Amino acid sequence: MVSYLDYLDESALPLMWCPGCGDGTILKALLGAFACLGLRREEIVVVTGIGCWGKADDYIRTNAIHGTHGRALAVATGVKAFRPELTVVALMGDGDCATIGGNHFIHAARRNIGVTAVVANNLNYGMTGGQYSGTTPPGSRTSTSPYGHAEDAFDLCALAAAAGASFVARTTVYHYKQMERLIVGALQEPGFSLVEVISPCPTYYGRFNHQGRAREMWRSLRERARPVAPGPGPEDTSRPGRTGQVEADGGPSGGRPILTGVLARNRRPSFSERYAEVVRAAQAGATEGGELDAR
Amino acid sequence: MARVAFLQGNEAVLEGAIAAGARFYAGYPITPSSEIAELASRRLPALGGVFIQMEDEIASMAALVGASLAGAKAFTATSGPGFSLMQENIGLAVMVEAPCVVVDVMRSGPSTGLATKPAQADIMQARWGTHGDHPALALAPASVEECFYLTVAAFNLAERLRMPVVLLSDEVLGHMRERVGLPGPGELEVWERPRPSGDARAYRPYLPGPDGVPPLAAFGGPYVFHATSSMHDERGVSANDAKTAAETIRRLVTKVERNAHLLPEPEVITSGGPAGGPRVLFVAIGSSARTALQVMLDHPEAALGLFRPRTVWPFPETRLDRLVDEYDAVVVVEMNTGQLVCEVERVVGRRLPVVGALRSDGEMITPDEVWETVSGLMGALKAAAAGQGGGSGRW
Repeated sequence: MVSYLDYLDESALPLMWCPGCGDGTILKALLGAFACLGLRREEIVVVTGIGCWGKADDYIRTNAIHGTHGRALAVATGVKAFRPELTVVALMGDGDCATIGGNHFIHAARRNIGVTAVVANNLNYGMTGGQYSGTTPPGSRTSTSPYGHAEDAFDLCALAAAAGASFVARTTVYHYKQMERLIVGALQEPGFSLVEVISPCPTYYGRFNHQGRAREMWRSLRERARPVAPGPGPEDTSRPGRTGQVEADGGPSGGRPILTGVLARNRRPSFSERYAEVVRAAQAGATEGGELDAR
Repeated sequence: MARVAFLQGNEAVLEGAIAAGARFYAGYPITPSSEIAELASRRLPALGGVFIQMEDEIASMAALVGASLAGAKAFTATSGPGFSLMQENIGLAVMVEAPCVVVDVMRSGPSTGLATKPAQADIMQARWGTHGDHPALALAPASVEECFYLTVAAFNLAERLRMPVVLLSDEVLGHMRERVGLPGPGELEVWERPRPSGDARAYRPYLPGPDGVPPLAAFGGPYVFHATSSMHDERGVSANDAKTAAETIRRLVTKVERNAHLLPEPEVITSGGPAGGPRVLFVAIGSSARTALQVMLDHPEAALGLFRPRTVWPFPETRLDRLVDEYDAVVVVEMNTGQLVCEVERVVGRRLPVVGALRSDGEMITPDEVWETVSGLMGALKAAAAGQGGGSGRW
């Protein structure tokens, strides 16, 4: 029986994350999902970017590339495009995915490359001291918005769905079972899949915005989660509005809901499936001996 | 040589890449390199390879690293603006030691500059473009035929040394058509990356072999491994201690020098001239070297030589240092405001005058312009010798 422990590098423990952070919980759910599917360590490539959650590969005993900030999906695209049979997972925070790597995110979804993005969204840059990111809600206090944030936030699920992702889901670190189940679903999807996990950052975001300590922040996730009806069928093509706004912060007033579950499905051929057709067409038409002779 | 073709420089690069075993291309279109992408999109799928046009050059370079660690011989092609964007992940390729080839078909800058016109102003960017201490390996062809063979060399070196290798072409070479002698089957030497053997559990992806290069597995095989942009030990596990950092950086930056015998040699050409006159050595790369060569053909009366590095980085300083014993001055011919001049001055500037024959307006530097610099310099050298009362007795 395979267990999450088979993928965990116990020699790297203890985890480097702050007390109350959700990243360790997401790590266990990810490794648990690998175990559920009985994946071999050799066939998994985990690609991370830079940030708190970007350190996750330190604890994982699969193949891994810890890359540059925001580029995890671009690196993962290179792996998956060349070796479609591998299971490729990109671990990113909201800084990596929604902010510096936003362009790679929408193009990975549009291209429908068969990579699973597990995004830890804690509404700010934890690693560098709590600055605002592309998912920081308006009005929030952060290290770089001391008077309140002047910008609106991305809804990552809506963005991914609009860009054409095959599988779009959201959960929170409080909902461990749902999280593991959603990651399993995402890993089975041939096209691009996103699991956005709302995670607290008690050290910075929570403290700056008077959301209480870790315990209060986790409890708030439980209270605000609103599971959507069991997922739409694979034939459904989602519209962006279907995913609902995250409003994950609760804001200074708190209490706004977080829609969770599979929020969008858009089952269509993945990049690798389409590219296999390109290869077939090229090989069928390559009887003239190539460009050099043709000229 | 098995057959002869009439090719464009950019075509020759693509053919060289395929002959070297390249099966993955990720890139973003940019003048004057786009033919390489277009040809890659036509040729690679038929060979079972992958072409992917990424959303920008940052992503292109990142995808090369991913594909390379998954086992591909991977390459991209670009020009100045794209080369700038690639610098971030060229550093990643250096740090995780992912073999790959970056073709920079240089055009006039800065910024968008003269988008369709030639320059050689990325020479220093090829050396120092990415941040931090790092090795650099850049090759510079000067003919279409060399575009083919130095592309093969670039792949061979990238694989053997586990690092990104830059091919510095330029707009003139990229779009010029020339006769190319292509190798027959089995005539081309193609190198592969060092592969691990033995117990998969004992594999250390950053444990160097005797040449300083660690064997590289491919994702999906029996060897499971970690690659990280952070400072790391030989297991590929991030490590913050000073000793590991010092060892890793030293190994990375000396990796090329330790294997200098593998690098393409400079070309040295000399032409006649009367005994006793001042002797001038050209130093030039790429299309500017052709201009210098034309000056030598136009002025058989002058004692001239050409030193043409095929390997620009690391600069072949020992060879140049030895060669200048036979010369009285150096003229560096290049299409920029003086990048190679700095390097030549560093190597031999204390021993003899180093002068630039430079052009930086998007036009190719002409033999007449260069001759103007040379004849002026020769006059000055003669006058200086005469002013010394012929004491040196050289002229």
